[in-house]
Amino acid sequence: MSLRSPLGRVLGLGSARGGSGHWYSQRVTAVALVILGCWFMASLALLGAGVPHAAVIGWLHSPFSAVMALLLVAVAAYHAQLGLRVVFEDYIGDKGTRLVVLVALKFALVVAALIGILAVLRIAFGAQA
Amino acid sequence: MAQPERPLSPFMQYRWQYTNTLSILHRITGVLLSLCFFVLVYWLAAAASGPERYAAALATLGSPLARLLLIGGLFSFSYHFLNGIRHLFWDAGYGFELPIARKTGWAAAIGAVMVTVVLWVMLGASLGGAP
Repeated sequence: MSLRSPLGRVLGLGSARGGSGHWYSQRVTAVALVILGCWFMASLALLGAGVPHAAVIGWLHSPFSAVMALLLVAVAAYHAQLGLRVVFEDYIGDKGTRLVVLVALKFALVVAALIGILAVLRIAFGAQA
Repeated sequence: MAQPERPLSPFMQYRWQYTNTLSILHRITGVLLSLCFFVLVYWLAAAASGPERYAAALATLGSPLARLLLIGGLFSFSYHFLNGIRHLFWDAGYGFELPIARKTGWAAAIGAVMVTVVLWVMLGASLGGAP
């Protein structure tokens, strides 16, 4: 028998704890990705047939493109994390498995985002092709 | 003994319709786009590693299977983009009326196919094309 009151047991649990923050972040990153997605597709098209290496290097040498690319990598990773988290929470019933998968998801996306950011910075600060 | 009329649980009554098709498609394309994120990072890292690595990465992305996945990625982008805008309007409280929801749903689905074709025509030669 638990000595905790019914109120004590539910305080801090439930959707009100942090769900609105997740919801709001997902929308804000979505709006950002509308802009970043359009920019990225237009950039890809402008890089020309075969996406030559020199064109990519020249493209990311522009400070504007570099900042947009950094934003794209960071925001896309965050948005993916928010979305995949909901998918895993919905379909993985076992609490232990769910925790492991959610932590692995965060690790994978943070590592990938850092690799992408480092790549953009290396090109932006690297030698002109 | 006659079976009395009893209410059915909601999941017994739902029939498959356009709303849940579009809804699950949003989720599936979102998962696919997350995978595309890793492709984007792979591409950026290859570009940062020099022309030889970059050429090798493009060759990998140019294989028939990869090209098929990239088309899937373009469709995922187009659909998730358009249907995402639909979701943002819902979040703001607009577009819930059934005729409007049906119209925007069709617009998202057909628009996504059209945008995919346009993007593939624009990028098809670029994505996975030999350098």
